[in-house]
Amino acid sequence: MAAGVAAWLPFARAAAIGWMPVANCPMPLAPADKNKRQDELIVLNVSGRRFQTWRTTLERYPDTLLGSTEKEFFFNEDTKEYFFDRDPEVFRCVLNFYRTGKLHYPRYECISAYDDELAFYGILPEIIGDCCYEEYKDRKRENAERLMDDNDSENNQESMPSLSFRQTMWRAFENPHTSTLALVFYYVTGFFIAVSVITNVVETVPCGTVPGSKELPCGERYSVAFFCLDTACVMIFTVEYLLRLFAAPSRYRFIRSVMSIIDVVAIMPYYIGLVMTNNEDVSGAFVTLRVFRVFRIFKFSRHSQGLRILGYTLKSCASELGFLLFSLTMAIIIFATVMFYAEKGSSASKFTSIPASFWYTIVTMTTLGYGDMVPKTIAGKIFGSICSLSGVLVIALPVPVIVSNFSRIYHQNQRADKRRAQKKARLARIRVAKTGSSNAYLHSKRNGLLTEAMELMGTPEEGHVGKSTSLAESQHHHLLHCLEKTTNHEFIDEQMFEQNCMESSMQNYPSTRSPSLSSHPGLTTTCCSRRSKKTTHLPNSNLPATRLRSMQELSTIHIQGSEQPSLTTSRSSLNLKADDGLRPNCKTSQITTAIISIPTPPARSPEGESRPPPASPGPNTNIPSVASNVVKVSAL
Amino acid sequence: MGAVMGTFSSLQTKQRRPSKDIAWWYYQFQRDKIEDELEMTMVCHRPEGLEQLEAQTNFTKRELQVLYRGFKNECPSGVVNEETFKQIYAQFFPHGDASMYAHYLFHAFDTTQTGSVKFEDFVTALSILLRGTVHEKLRWTFNLYDINKDGYINKEEMMDIVKAIYDMMGKYTYPVLKEDTPRQHVDVFFQKMDKNKDGIVTLDEFLESCQEDDNIMRSLQLFQNVM
Repeated sequence: MAAGVAAWLPFARAAAIGWMPVANCPMPLAPADKNKRQDELIVLNVSGRRFQTWRTTLERYPDTLLGSTEKEFFFNEDTKEYFFDRDPEVFRCVLNFYRTGKLHYPRYECISAYDDELAFYGILPEIIGDCCYEEYKDRKRENAERLMDDNDSENNQESMPSLSFRQTMWRAFENPHTSTLALVFYYVTGFFIAVSVITNVVETVPCGTVPGSKELPCGERYSVAFFCLDTACVMIFTVEYLLRLFAAPSRYRFIRSVMSIIDVVAIMPYYIGLVMTNNEDVSGAFVTLRVFRVFRIFKFSRHSQGLRILGYTLKSCASELGFLLFSLTMAIIIFATVMFYAEKGSSASKFTSIPASFWYTIVTMTTLGYGDMVPKTIAGKIFGSICSLSGVLVIALPVPVIVSNFSRIYHQNQRADKRRAQKKARLARIRVAKTGSSNAYLHSKRNGLLTEAMELMGTPEEGHVGKSTSLAESQHHHLLHCLEKTTNHEFIDEQMFEQNCMESSMQNYPSTRSPSLSSHPGLTTTCCSRRSKKTTHLPNSNLPATRLRSMQELSTIHIQGSEQPSLTTSRSSLNLKADDGLRPNCKTSQITTAIISIPTPPARSPEGESRPPPASPGPNTNIPSVASNVVKVSAL
Repeated sequence: MGAVMGTFSSLQTKQRRPSKDIAWWYYQFQRDKIEDELEMTMVCHRPEGLEQLEAQTNFTKRELQVLYRGFKNECPSGVVNEETFKQIYAQFFPHGDASMYAHYLFHAFDTTQTGSVKFEDFVTALSILLRGTVHEKLRWTFNLYDINKDGYINKEEMMDIVKAIYDMMGKYTYPVLKEDTPRQHVDVFFQKMDKNKDGIVTLDEFLESCQEDDNIMRSLQLFQNVM
């Protein structure tokens, strides 16, 4: 429930009158308004600047410093005001949060100063409003990176003995600046890549003539030397690949990565060549395999950040490039056809077919103009000039667009990824807060039941289960309780709903005299389909066996003992017990009351099953589970 | 060629929208002008004076002040439209879907059927609901149930209302909500309220039946001291 609409709570409660004539059971009592203080102004003095607000404004968020009694520590008796020795600029944002329910992040503010102030006032940064959240997260990430860089440069001086040998090796491969050995390895492999590429290139250069025979390329003249060089390079590459494979944290993922595929393609031709040296038939194919050795040049991309960025942007611009190719193809086909038919008449024309004209069109449109094919007829020349003019337009226009697309798409992708990651996190936050508020009601219900049950059982223990909820909260819960009474159904959380579903469908099979459940196939099928979706809910290990049994008891009672299955809830009598002085008017509650009193001790277990806090029984106390804190503060 | 590329890239970055023709721009301009005018008329409805409201309703000045502050916080323009109304009401019921019930509530609040609820209407209705006599409350509730405001409640209207109430419970309930639970609930209601069994409930039947039922009488007094 947002704090701003807390002021509308009287309206919501008044509107509940609409349920009263419809309800069949009496309504629970309203929570007593213990101290009806008149709303007063309080003065907050922050480093000399005075802020004033209503007390109820601050009490909207009882989990923060200003909303709780913690602010009494800062009360100055002499001046009758609350004095805080903090930054007044940030306090302005904090106070606006109480007023409007939205927390904003001022852009001029330093991120760590802002975080400190929020931590002081007990406000979680997750509730920053959508308008400022992106900015906040960006700044926070930059700050974190800065801290990480500082930490890394610190850590580089010291050794990290905790890493295993394999992990150090992987770290050395990925980040060559971590140790000198890694740096040496990095440069050695770079050198050998260069050597290998240069040998590939040089071995095709004609290398002076051996007297008595024709000119040979260097590769065949000094074949032994080149073979030795090739062997050395391939051995280095193989060793490097095997080392990387050994050190990789996830070998399967490493094998599938692009760089490892390039490595494999780079060294395979050599091994294949070793295997099939003497077979004349396949040596032709073997020669073409040597082409793949040029892929070794791509190994440089491990050494160059720029290459990697280029590859990535090409990948992300693939659709733009594809469209360019498509439109070019269209233009080429059109002009080639036109040129072919225009030149058909002329004799000894080189335009023998449309595919043959493709070459002319491409050469003309890219303004290359080799001159091996020229039109001879007048029509051909006219269309040829139109072709070259349009070539300039068609090719020159998209290229800058693509260039700017590169940068735009690159930045956009970065921003989109950022936003997607943030959106997931924010939706999760909102979902947690939403379930938090509904869970808050269920919790207070159980707390109420628990205190009543304990009092009934006569245990003189501490009745104080968790922090007392604010008046607005208790009134809100009373409202939800009235709704439960009106409809004769109760709110439960999702897990228990699943359990009930499963148990009712389990009960359905053995007991044939359960008309209420079996006559609604739609309901059970939805229950069962839900069960097939969710995998592990039945073997709920937190659930003590007594609880399961008691649930089964309740459900069997439900089936057997009720004439009007829809209007009776066996659990409602448990609630009625908690209400003083209201005699149950619902029909079958008399049957169930006696049996329910036994399972009341297991009523403790709901705390254990749905919410983790194991130690203290109050889930609303200061347990370091962020979810429950978010419930209170964000108060959606 | 380089110059062409340079100018094109600068053009690309500056001009995000593709160029449209004059007609489109003119249309946009007119639309913006109309929106400005609408905004001028929509903004700021101010309620009548505090003394008048105090005389008309059963609230004290202080209570009216608190109410107005909350009202103005959510609706700075001074009127609530149905969307805002639904959103506000939905925040109190996170489990289920409160929009249908909020819709009926809105139409009960909006006595003049203008589509917006001013602060005076809001406070008048609240005054009846929280501080009014039993008779007034029951009459207001009858008005809420009577969706088409024809003076009678028939089964379909009651079905809609009860369905809307059950929608607010959401999905995760114990026991599981069945399809005909609302229908059975409505049948029970009609059995109680419809004295002459003619299928509709008139205001007198409603008043009489409610006054006979102790539960209802007691629960009507529940929110007596909400302010």
